[in-house]
Amino acid sequence: MQFFVFVCAALMILLGAVGVIVRKHPVHAALSLVLTLFGVAVSFVSQEAHFLAAVQVIVYAGAIVVLFLFVIMLLGVDRVENLRTEPLTAQRPLAIITCLGLVGVLVAAIVNGNGVLNERGEGINLPDLQNGPDANTVQLAESIFSRYVVAFEVTSVLLVIAVVGTVLLTRKRQVKTSVK
Amino acid sequence: MISLSLTPTASWYLILAAVLFAIGTFGVLVRRNPLVMFMCIELMLNAVNLSFVTLARELNDINGQTIVFFVMVVAAAEVVVGLGIIVSIMRNRAALTVDDLAELKG
Repeated sequence: MQFFVFVCAALMILLGAVGVIVRKHPVHAALSLVLTLFGVAVSFVSQEAHFLAAVQVIVYAGAIVVLFLFVIMLLGVDRVENLRTEPLTAQRPLAIITCLGLVGVLVAAIVNGNGVLNERGEGINLPDLQNGPDANTVQLAESIFSRYVVAFEVTSVLLVIAVVGTVLLTRKRQVKTSVK
Repeated sequence: MISLSLTPTASWYLILAAVLFAIGTFGVLVRRNPLVMFMCIELMLNAVNLSFVTLARELNDINGQTIVFFVMVVAAAEVVVGLGIIVSIMRNRAALTVDDLAELKG
């Protein structure tokens, strides 16, 4: 059963990721991104990270992809990009070699480092009769609001800065000059 | 015995995350539409999140999941600012690719 879930999640992730980089139309790429994000959410569930799976679906597949689609429509760049033309000669072969080398190095590190790390945490609570159905959410909340509460508060500052900065960036300058 | 050997271990998820990261890198290197490049950066961030969650389960440590929570928040802020920059750049010109922005150099 776990094997079946892993295969399904891996197929969703890889098909979606390949779809993002080969689809010519930006809207199709965004919808392929949704498939990848759902696949990541499935693998989160199969690894006992239930709260993060919910956040993944709501924030990524919901908000961020909708933001992408909104900007695509706003800018009117939903035109088909010609993928045949290569802006720089030998860019794609070099990119393929780079990425294959990256995969090789990472897989070698993962295989060599298998079993090197020891369990060191206090444990992840699994939802059962003793811990209740929301064990993962409770444990994550205890971690965020006790040990990482300063980082959590700084996060709110970051979000305010991002919102204000974006409003300043996208505001039209003509309004200011016409008043003068 | 066969079903036991087919249980996915942490290495499977880590290799899956490595492949996803490489696909994202390839997209950033090859694609020229800035929005699609942004999507590929999201792919890379998701690969890292998948690694964090896998290692959190493997090491029995909830802090890995806490980090993923913060990565998601920073990714959301990054997308908002990046799309704002793209909108402000592309509002006045019909540029479709990042190559068309080469006039900034000089």
